[in-house]
Amino acid sequence: MAQQLEAFLGIPLEKVIKSAGETLYMVGWSLIIGAVIGFVLAVFLWMTRKDGLKRNDILYTILNAIINIIRSTPFIILMVCVMPFTKAIVGTRIGTKAALVPLVIYIAPYFSRLIENALLGVDEGIIEAAKSMGATTFQIVIKFVFPEAFASMILGITTGTIGLIGATAMAGYIGGGGVGNLALTYGYQTFNTNLMVFTVVILIVLVWIVQAIGNGLARKRRVHS
Amino acid sequence: MSLIRLEHLTKIFDGKNKVEALNDVSLEIEEGDIYGIIGYSGAGKSTLVRMINALEVPTSGKVFVEDQCLGDLSDKELRTTRKKIGMIFQQFNLLNSKTIYNNVAIPLKLNGVGKADIDKRVDELLTFVGLADRKNAYPDQLSGGQKQRVGIARALANNPSILLCDEATSALDPKTTESILDLLKEINEKLNVTIIVITHEMNVIRHICNKVAVMDYGKVVENGSVIDVFTNPQTKIAREFVGNLIHDEVPAPLVPGIRAMTENYKILRIKMKNTEHTEPLLWELNTKFEVKTNLLYCTISIIEGIVIGIMLVLFAGTDDEIRKCEEYILKCGEQYEEVEL
Repeated sequence: MAQQLEAFLGIPLEKVIKSAGETLYMVGWSLIIGAVIGFVLAVFLWMTRKDGLKRNDILYTILNAIINIIRSTPFIILMVCVMPFTKAIVGTRIGTKAALVPLVIYIAPYFSRLIENALLGVDEGIIEAAKSMGATTFQIVIKFVFPEAFASMILGITTGTIGLIGATAMAGYIGGGGVGNLALTYGYQTFNTNLMVFTVVILIVLVWIVQAIGNGLARKRRVHS
Repeated sequence: MSLIRLEHLTKIFDGKNKVEALNDVSLEIEEGDIYGIIGYSGAGKSTLVRMINALEVPTSGKVFVEDQCLGDLSDKELRTTRKKIGMIFQQFNLLNSKTIYNNVAIPLKLNGVGKADIDKRVDELLTFVGLADRKNAYPDQLSGGQKQRVGIARALANNPSILLCDEATSALDPKTTESILDLLKEINEKLNVTIIVITHEMNVIRHICNKVAVMDYGKVVENGSVIDVFTNPQTKIAREFVGNLIHDEVPAPLVPGIRAMTENYKILRIKMKNTEHTEPLLWELNTKFEVKTNLLYCTISIIEGIVIGIMLVLFAGTDDEIRKCEEYILKCGEQYEEVEL
């Protein structure tokens, strides 16, 4: 069975497994780090906006501008631009670990927008009710806004993670490896259609699983009957 | 001494168009009152009620709660004061991600109450509002009336002395509205909570309030006891609100017939609230004077336990006899006014 598959793909199976591992590594870590940074940025954006709990026009404008600039830069260009920074942090410009830096920089602003939207979706009335109960700003955020926004935040992070999987395919350019890179270098560039189709199927399954997990987590908090 | 004293409150919202939401509003609310504030949308009543728990800060003027000026309090003191003022909302504002139990428990948790005491208090509150069996349900499994009951339980959690109701029944059907109003009345009587009710429905005022303020364009144009405002509204807007509830105009289909009358006549609106006068007034007028009476319209309302009757009566006869009738009505302790067609 394994031999037949290898014959079908035209490359050793370990190579496929290694690539899958690289993709999971890159997606996993940049998801965790990116989500944490994105979350903090989102809370700042939400708090400092015009009708926010701690309005601060200067901070909001700066944050908003940085996020917009990064989000409008294509990932492939971003990857090259941040190379000196990558070297300073990781010690090298290439490899799977080095790819994490541009991935996080790419995905964190995206996450922050998605999470900000989830926070903005919380009814102003909830915040007013919280204030009327004598809640502090911290309590309003932790005990009222987060629980209400949780399901939408999960769905936002799910959407962002799928974008992240797409971005990891490009990490091959700086030696990040991964399934997307396999499809590109061994599949597309050597006219190995079988391998290309197979790797695309792996990516489809991965995206499918991520979406299912996200939907499941969100539904648990949203539907009660 | 008033429980709540509002002194010369003005609120201006800056923006593209400057909006003066409140214009020199002063009110006093006594302990034990159910004070109604009525007005059309945009009259400023929501802004006014939000000043009592400092969700809105006046541009000028002062708010006193239990003789404490809210403007003088620090943020921390303000939060402590807010815990003694419950509030319920038109859209209920419950947390959809939490069970009924957890919704009601929130203000207790914010207050640092222990787990066992929270359990006991939540059970007590849910029993009081009649939802003890729904404590593990979520808000989206409840009807509008039930959601407002949860809102009320939550607002009462910290034993407030004041309850603010912002259009609390406006999203509910008439029957549910009535049951919520009955519950508010019970809270006022049993728990001795002073209640301030914001509404655009005169029915709400009639059902539970003892005092009322009528607002129009940021001003209180009329205020006083509900009976006085109902029986003797002074301003046009107050008459409109009362008129919505107690119809006191000549029914339109009768007008052409009356206009076609050849006899001398006059139509009087007689307001009966003197319960000591038990004689049948119309019979007396008919037998004592040379007039023929024709009852055009009659309505009876009960406000705060007092029966108020309004009759529209057409008197046919000479001016002299009709004048004697008018004098007799006043002698009986009732009021009247002439109605022009």
